[in-house]
Amino acid sequence: MNALFDLIVGNPQADRIVPQSGTTARLTVFVSGVMAFLAVIALAVSLTTNRVASLWAEELAQSATLRLPADPATADALLVSALDVLQTTPGISSVRALSQDEQQALLEPWFGPDLPLDALPMPQLIEIVANGEGYDVDGLRARLSAQVPGAILDDHEAWRAPLLDAARRVRLIGWSVIVLIGATVAAMITLAAQAALAANVQVIGVLRLVGAKDAYIARAFVRRFTLRAGGGAIAGAIIGVIVVLLMPQGDGSDSLMLGVGFEGAEWVWPLMIPFLAASVAFFATRSAAFRRLREQT
Amino acid sequence: MIELDNVSYGYGGGTLFSQLSLTLAAGSFHFLTGASGAGKTTLLRLCYADLRAVKGKVRIFGEDAGALDRDAVAMSRRRIGVVHQDCQFLDHLSIAENIALPLTVSGRARGTAGNLEELLNWVGLGAQANQRPPALSGGERQRAALARAVIVSPDVIIADEPTGNVDWEMSQRLLGLLIELNKLGKTILIATHDLAMIRAAKADVSARTLRLKDGQLFQAGAEL
Repeated sequence: MNALFDLIVGNPQADRIVPQSGTTARLTVFVSGVMAFLAVIALAVSLTTNRVASLWAEELAQSATLRLPADPATADALLVSALDVLQTTPGISSVRALSQDEQQALLEPWFGPDLPLDALPMPQLIEIVANGEGYDVDGLRARLSAQVPGAILDDHEAWRAPLLDAARRVRLIGWSVIVLIGATVAAMITLAAQAALAANVQVIGVLRLVGAKDAYIARAFVRRFTLRAGGGAIAGAIIGVIVVLLMPQGDGSDSLMLGVGFEGAEWVWPLMIPFLAASVAFFATRSAAFRRLREQT
Repeated sequence: MIELDNVSYGYGGGTLFSQLSLTLAAGSFHFLTGASGAGKTTLLRLCYADLRAVKGKVRIFGEDAGALDRDAVAMSRRRIGVVHQDCQFLDHLSIAENIALPLTVSGRARGTAGNLEELLNWVGLGAQANQRPPALSGGERQRAALARAVIVSPDVIIADEPTGNVDWEMSQRLLGLLIELNKLGKTILIATHDLAMIRAAKADVSARTLRLKDGQLFQAGAEL
């Protein structure tokens, strides 16, 4: 707790024992800011992908389509039997046979508006909407095969699985990018800290001569780099959030790019980025400092 | 205070000295002489645990220096004031801040402004308190280094050629400060080539002079 207090509040005398290094300081702030900005964008894309994919998957999971054989002789009887089976199945909230116009509209993108559907044997489609609990897909298939021969139940699993898989991969890529950004910040801070330590060999020598412990010497460097990285990350995260807020917004159902942003508790993530950057800087500098001090008498 | 017991040390596989023994009792005053390269600075560094003996034991305030961890070495240095010939300072700090550095690193800097001012005046640097180290002359730097070494009132003061870069008058002044400290009970070990200074000191203090030659310590002869 005292270490955290010292880190935040600092000790003016202890802070001055290491000379300021202007260029290194500015570079640390700049790189940390850029990385925080990229992390916010990566987070926004990753979380939005996750959200949109979940929405699509949920919609697909709640609906199904039953296709009846295109046999004009048995069509009406099969439709009655199918509706009877579906309406008596627990977990189904509504069923609706698509009209001829609706079926034509579905085929229009492939065959054009002039297709004479009256002259063609068209399978009848029935839209099924499940309630929150859902229904027993295997049980329904068994009942349909017994009472509605030739009916095919499409529960959209073939669409949903690749969609969820793709969303999972995009989410994984997003988090991998964030981990890489964190590793890059750690590497950059380590290099900058090592450069600062190497440039202050004489200062460290004098401090050790007068009885400074390693923790005291390291703290001067650690506090400086932690504050620089944290400050840069705050600026970068703020710019990143502004950019995200300026992106075109939508409900996310039509286009992935029309909903990039954060919702509800997701706002915690961009707020955490400066703290994460500062933590990475803290541990990277601390590790570099103690390693260097062990090498120096 | 500090004891070297059959200590051997060397660089790059060679032997600088072997089976060397020395005891610095509390309140004692020792001069260490010897030709350049004889190992005087190395011997001093062993005494404040800046080097570790290859063989034998160095005991600092009763503790085996070879067994001390880094924090314990730092703590022991708070009881040993060291004055180097080249007097390294932190050039971005003022002379007053440099002298107060041992207090700063040990967390005792608050409320010591009065003592610091007194010490600055004692070494004749009251007027230069706010100057940066590069602005000081060789003699002023030596006095500032001595002030820094004694500000925490250490038990032992080790000085490596403290008068190497100063004129006779300044060397006498520095010697006077060290004798004054010894009379206050501090243990003093000074490595020097300056035989005239040793002779001058013997008039005021009971000092033992040791010569480091061919890797061995000898009691200095009658010429001193």
